[in-house]
Amino acid sequence: MVLAGPVEPRENRKAAGGHRKAGTAGKADGGGRRAIALRLALMAVPLAFFAVFFAYPVAAIVTRGLRVGGQWRFGRIGEVVTDPATLDVLWFTCWQAVASTALTLAVALPGAYVFARFDFPGKGLLRAVVTVPFVLPTVVAGSAFLALLGRGGVLDELWGMRFDTSVWAILLAHVFFNYAVVVRTVGGLWAQLDPRQEEAARVLGASRLSAWRRVTLPALAPAVAAAALMVFLFTFTSFGVIQILGGPRYATLEVAIYRETAQLLDLPTAAVLTLIQFAAVAAVLALHAWTVRRRESALRLVDPGRTARRPKGPAQWALLWGVLAVVALLIVTPLAVLVERSLNGPDGYGFTYYEALRSAADSGGTFFVAPLEAVGNSLWYAAVATVFALVVGGLAAAALTRRPGRLVRGFDALLMLPLGTSAVTVGFGFLIALDEPPLDLRASWVLVPLAQALVGVPFVVRTMLPVLRAVDHRLREAAAVLGASPWRVWREVDLPLVGRAVAVAAGFAFAVSLGEFGATVFIARPDHPTLPVAIARFLGRAGQLTYGQAMALSTILMLVCAGSLLALERIRTDRSGEF
Amino acid sequence: MNSQLRRVISAAVLGSLALSALVGCGEDTKSGSDSKTVTLVTHDSFAASKAVLKEFTKETGYKVRVQAGGDAGAAVNQAILSKGHPQGDVFFGVDNTLLSRTLDNDLFSPYTAKGLDKVPAALQLDRAEHRVTPVDFGDICVNYDRKYFADKKLTPPRTLDDLTKPAYKNLLVTENAATSSPGLGFLLATAAKYGDDGWQGYWKKLRANGVEVVDGWEQAYYDRFSGSAGGGKGDRPLVVSYASSPPAEVADAKTKPGQAPTGVATGTCFRQVEFAGLLNGAGNTKGGKALLDFLLSKRFQEDVPLNMYVNPVREDAKLPELFSRYGVRIADSATLAPQKIAKNREPWVKTWSSLVL
Repeated sequence: MVLAGPVEPRENRKAAGGHRKAGTAGKADGGGRRAIALRLALMAVPLAFFAVFFAYPVAAIVTRGLRVGGQWRFGRIGEVVTDPATLDVLWFTCWQAVASTALTLAVALPGAYVFARFDFPGKGLLRAVVTVPFVLPTVVAGSAFLALLGRGGVLDELWGMRFDTSVWAILLAHVFFNYAVVVRTVGGLWAQLDPRQEEAARVLGASRLSAWRRVTLPALAPAVAAAALMVFLFTFTSFGVIQILGGPRYATLEVAIYRETAQLLDLPTAAVLTLIQFAAVAAVLALHAWTVRRRESALRLVDPGRTARRPKGPAQWALLWGVLAVVALLIVTPLAVLVERSLNGPDGYGFTYYEALRSAADSGGTFFVAPLEAVGNSLWYAAVATVFALVVGGLAAAALTRRPGRLVRGFDALLMLPLGTSAVTVGFGFLIALDEPPLDLRASWVLVPLAQALVGVPFVVRTMLPVLRAVDHRLREAAAVLGASPWRVWREVDLPLVGRAVAVAAGFAFAVSLGEFGATVFIARPDHPTLPVAIARFLGRAGQLTYGQAMALSTILMLVCAGSLLALERIRTDRSGEF
Repeated sequence: MNSQLRRVISAAVLGSLALSALVGCGEDTKSGSDSKTVTLVTHDSFAASKAVLKEFTKETGYKVRVQAGGDAGAAVNQAILSKGHPQGDVFFGVDNTLLSRTLDNDLFSPYTAKGLDKVPAALQLDRAEHRVTPVDFGDICVNYDRKYFADKKLTPPRTLDDLTKPAYKNLLVTENAATSSPGLGFLLATAAKYGDDGWQGYWKKLRANGVEVVDGWEQAYYDRFSGSAGGGKGDRPLVVSYASSPPAEVADAKTKPGQAPTGVATGTCFRQVEFAGLLNGAGNTKGGKALLDFLLSKRFQEDVPLNMYVNPVREDAKLPELFSRYGVRIADSATLAPQKIAKNREPWVKTWSSLVL
């Protein structure tokens, strides 16, 4: 980390890329070795975490499928891969993910701009609200979406438009779920870009478009690519949305893997499908790494509070209102449907279902869990998972800050893999791999936050990395030259600049953990269910009251999520003086 | 510089220690192996009154710890995967459609629970070896929306044949047999009625009559069915659900209506029997046997209907008023031998998918 002596800035950039001037070679070598050792030390925790809680369980379940009676059955791979049904599923999985990602970017990028650059009343609240879909169980959100897009839905009544069981319903629902990913990842960086650079380009005669294209877009590219990658991985492994809105005719690899593992117990087929999923995800990660490699550069980062202002002129107002209209229609309306259903009781509007939640818990079946208890469980698991994700992801991001070599790029990709892995593979993998001392965790509560952290870590890495890499390295060098230790450099240079990214990352990790269902359902103890698990229990039964209670719990989940995110934003605002 | 490096490394080590300490904490809270606890491995719709479980603890000294893992199919598969190294002592929740899979995998140790003599022989599907004990049964049946048929002055369908009549065109919604257990049950009902080579023809007719297929029970019942009070505004008055859904519809009503808003087409049913068994390799065999006895005890059996909306297997267990008043006893529910289901399940579901989807 420590570079000796004052060097020309340009050569410094090069030094970061691996070339060093002969004159400083001796010292730099010592520093280089130390830097490598430091990087390895930083990587140790994330590597151990992923080896034990991801690679090992997933390898165990895949091996169980492909190794029968002590012999490898690789023949199965050929059979499954050449099955036309598999190819259909693979094709649908890929194209809907690409289409969903493109649509999400198209819809959400203007939103990212508006949230980053404009000041308007209720902005903080709205930013929390657009993140709410992200945590909702897909069963619940899917049902709300049907109320918007389906037969007799809002669009049907207004314009006679129906999208249920069409691919459009799936794509729009993916936008609904992932809007926040783009707004938060891209907007987080956008808010910190110095607008004076674009203004300078304008002054020098560039048109508004070409100033944006040549100055802002290249600076944003890494964040856009990171957001696109995450949206792609999320939609690539889409499960509930496909089942509810696509009907039984559409299946993604994730759905197929769930069927083979949890229902048919055809582990060989499931193992091959998992490998196919890995291969596809690896290809996407490679593509991502290749596009971003030369794009990330040091940027001038400024306090986001200074870049946002009230919109000026009709064009900006139109943009603001356009974004607000999209948010209202696509995100707020389905959420409002849920709230409405939770209040619309048998005797008109009221809090019947909420009261029922409270009294049912006293009446004493093991089926019922007091809502406050479920909220408590969810918050506790999510808090622990966020700590895990921040520690693991933060260390990983710190290790990855410098231009990476091939090994480190592989490490970067490894961290993203859990997003592209089926929850059922992880859940079942935990079960068969973590079953012997010292790792017999099958009955332990800590499995839940561990599984949730696996999904949180990629978010932490992807939100922090573009910002960390954008920090001008000369700042670190200057601090080092002035005698600061690497720890102190990190604390006083990196941390203040990435403070916002840490808050965004923590918010994501927290929201992801709150909403995680796929793996949690296999490992959560029934006497300590999380909110999504409790909601699914209620939904699995007939009866107006149980349905209403599911809606009431969903509303509580939404409030918990929005509340926690607002609280996190508050922490960030309090510390913005450090910028 | 070395001291700083050391500091970073020690911070990393401290971090991982903190992680493992947390993990360790988790282990402390687990109490699976001590002999005063008996662990019941089950699916996530298992439910019992806390008072009843407390009674078991009072009588036997054992505390019940419940370990659930996903829906019935996932829970069974997890139990099979952890065979010989089970997560608990007793497994509850394998039904007749999955029974063969657990027996073929040698999951259970034989045990004849007390009170089995009170269970009808037809429900004892492993009568020769007693590896599993029947605990409850239910029927998967077509439900209808009473109001719809009264308004249209139309007689609701009663049998499978009725469903293919033009009068009921575009009225039925069912679930995907590949992903949903009522969906599979309905397919099996038709296979039992029309035979191995006849059910395909029936489904062709059903398809021509406009049957709609959705992926899960929740969507079918709450989003598409018009008779459910909860959920969206569905427009299909016929749905594949359970014989116990009508009692469930009125369970929470403050003023009890004369009849449930939904009814059951009694000639369309498939019987589902749920079993429990002592897991091979259980840590607490004695406690497990006591728990199996308890599951068949009158006290537990009478607690079953209102907790899980299924029927007790004991003939002398009294049904709660909700069931005797709003439920129906299905006399001629279809059944198939578990071995036959195990053998045909996959090819049938494949054929069904190609016919209907």
